[in-house]
Amino acid sequence: MEPSAQPILDVRNLSVAFNSGPRQITPVRDVSFSIYPGQTVALVGESGCGKSVTALSILRLIPSPPGRVVQGTVGFGGRDLLSLPEPEMRGVRGGKIAMIFQEPMTSLNPVYSIGEQIAEAIVLHQRVKTAQAYEIAEQALRDVGIADPARRLQEYPHVLSGGMRQRVMIAMALSCRPQLLIADEPTTALDVTIQAQILELLRKLQRETGMAILLITHDLGVVAENADVVNVMYASRIVESAAVEDLFDRPMHPYTAGLFRSVPKLGARAERLAAIPGTVPNPAQFPGGCKFHPRCARARELAARAAAEATTEIMSDGESFRVPRRCASEEPLLREMEPRHWAACHQVAGYDEKPPTEPRIEHKRASVVQVDGEVTA
Amino acid sequence: MSQVPANGRPLLEVDDLRTYFPVRRGVFLRTVGHVKAVDGVSFSIQPGRTLGLVGESGCGKSTVGRTLLRLIPATSGSVRYKGEDFFSYRGEELRKLRRQMQIVFQDPVSSLNPRMTVGNIIGEPMQVHGLASGSGRDEMVAGLLERVGLDPAYVTRYPHEFSGGQRQRIGIARALALNPNFIVCDEAVSALDVSIQSQILNLLGDLQKERGIAYLFIAHNLAVVEHISDDVAVMYLGRIVEQASARDLYSNPKHPYTMALLSAVPELNPRPRRRRIVLPGEVPSAVNPPGGCPFHPRCHLTRQAASDADATETAEITVGGTKLRVLRRCAEEMPVLEQKQAEPGHCAACWVTK
Ligand SMILES: Nc1ncnc2c1ncn2[C@@H]1O[C@H](COP(=O)(O)OP(=O)(O)OP(=O)(O)O)[C@@H](O)[C@H]1O
Ligand SMILES: Nc1ncnc2c1ncn2[C@@H]1O[C@H](COP(=O)(O)OP(=O)(O)OP(=O)(O)O)[C@@H](O)[C@H]1O
Ligand SMILES: [Mg+2]
Ligand SMILES: [Mg+2]
Repeated sequence: MEPSAQPILDVRNLSVAFNSGPRQITPVRDVSFSIYPGQTVALVGESGCGKSVTALSILRLIPSPPGRVVQGTVGFGGRDLLSLPEPEMRGVRGGKIAMIFQEPMTSLNPVYSIGEQIAEAIVLHQRVKTAQAYEIAEQALRDVGIADPARRLQEYPHVLSGGMRQRVMIAMALSCRPQLLIADEPTTALDVTIQAQILELLRKLQRETGMAILLITHDLGVVAENADVVNVMYASRIVESAAVEDLFDRPMHPYTAGLFRSVPKLGARAERLAAIPGTVPNPAQFPGGCKFHPRCARARELAARAAAEATTEIMSDGESFRVPRRCASEEPLLREMEPRHWAACHQVAGYDEKPPTEPRIEHKRASVVQVDGEVTA
Repeated sequence: MSQVPANGRPLLEVDDLRTYFPVRRGVFLRTVGHVKAVDGVSFSIQPGRTLGLVGESGCGKSTVGRTLLRLIPATSGSVRYKGEDFFSYRGEELRKLRRQMQIVFQDPVSSLNPRMTVGNIIGEPMQVHGLASGSGRDEMVAGLLERVGLDPAYVTRYPHEFSGGQRQRIGIARALALNPNFIVCDEAVSALDVSIQSQILNLLGDLQKERGIAYLFIAHNLAVVEHISDDVAVMYLGRIVEQASARDLYSNPKHPYTMALLSAVPELNPRPRRRRIVLPGEVPSAVNPPGGCPFHPRCHLTRQAASDADATETAEITVGGTKLRVLRRCAEEMPVLEQKQAEPGHCAACWVTK
């Protein structure tokens, strides 16, 4: 890929706040990442860390009040979406940028048939007649592996299975040929064969139209096989950002490493599953310093070997132990530790020598993985 | 993953369960056919054990779960709970039994009342069933929130103030609140990151050991199902096509659909090498399922078998415009779920595998 290419999406220093009861929480803090045309960029991280709020802020869909963007820009095609007039923004949503929502029922209208909903979106963004929109809609349902698409167009969302609703949303999002697809947990309700088929469909569209994808998912296998670049979020910030191969080969942040260890593996038959000890912090009471330090095994190990004055005692989940003082007092920022590999951890080797920078990674995986093909066994 | 032996009376016995939904058309909403969402499903679950249920999206898994809890009416078949006909219970008796049988719904958004605080969502059923009230109730709610990894301070918040995975855990806490004997977990951990997912699965395992809870565990994540299940059933188009202990099913799958599923699990590797079994043609319709074995138009085993077989034993079919040769028997006769060679209790519905 030519280094001169411009990102299609360029999120810079985005922070989002919510009024939650008497307090204000910031579920997204200083988030920066870019997506280049044809790229798939994954956003992973613990439940509640701010992935969906990030995605919704790009499209200015966070409920306001209580939510509001307090800082940052969202560059799309050279313009800042956050300062676009609302009527123009409406043209972008579902047109140039489409979104697959994490919970289909929040965005499917129960009183309209599937056909009405997809056709309306198509008529709105493409200049076609209703009859033709229905034809496009029928083909779109067939593309996502839904049987009897003609019958399904006449049905209402409540009679569909969880995975069918999810595929209706995917069909709706893709029917407008977006330049950027924001896919928030797009395949959680799908069996693995249909999941593979949908991911193949997305790759095909990327090849044909250069569509870029922001892929939010908890399935690290899906990330490994589909993403070009991965951003790992913890407690409302990106803590690691890297090309997919580098991240899986050498995770740098202890949270990322902990996630990889927690993946249940086929054939493991372990008595108990590994998990990162401790609990995810409530955004209303984030700990000081590195947000991960109360759960960080690396911090504990290092403190055990360090001089006492360089460490400090903390309490976490009813247990007290020592961590490096710096981990508990100063929040680490992303630094480019190796080419195209950013991490925010005081304890990665060489952290102090690098300046804090914002990640922009124009990497595309070597080739699209061809896992298709029949096995003869 | 429990140690409870598989003998004695099953907690739950499901026999030949069917759930059909009418397909209506026209101004008078005439019934023009049926979606056979569940079409003759049988299984039993012992106390303290877990049956995993996997299968293609739309094959009827959630409908099985909802039908056996009587959240939707069965078309036919029976469900026995502790040996008694569950479908015959009425009134107060039914209400009492309902407390013992809980469900974590696949879709947390539509299953949590948006106008209730989390504290009431979890606590109110406890009060209604006389399990706890007042400060005792508040303590129990706080304890449950902690066990599912949520801050007890969240009790005053409403469902829309949570992330997808947080809402899912509220659903889990609600199901656990009534101290049930049996829980249908319908995609109960699918919205969780792997670390919290591990914590929740470990919790479900601990509760199973402590209280002997039985689970029907519906999920698409095959590694999760393998971990938590004692036995696993694979569904395709409303029927169980393979059933075995988790160990046997994963190490020695007998049904070609199970093989296809296992081959498609994404690897934790950005440079994967394994090849996946592609299912050709379209996902079949549950209103007009293919004749013979419902899987035959997409089956790689019958195609392989046909290439070695005598021409008289084969038939030509057209799938997505391509002509394929399959075993005649697969195209004409519905296979029954039967014991396959190998391990005892390992059943599959397939004419090709031995
Ligand atoms: N409307 C709201 N009011 C108050 N807080 C909110 C609201 N929406 C989200 N939050 C909080 O913001 C944080 C981030 O939520 P978000 O939905 O982005 O998480 P997520 O990373 O998508 O998690 P998951 O993987 O569980 O979907 C959470 O702690 C959540 O409780
Ligand atoms: N209330 C209903 N009315 C009509 N049809 C229904 C109803 N509920 C479910 N169905 C149909 O029954 C079939 C099985 O649906 P079900 O929700 O049980 O699938 P599932 O196996 O849980 O799928 P998924 O993995 O996608 O959640 C589908 O064809 C669905 O459209
Ligand atoms: Mg989310
Ligand atoms: Mg379902």
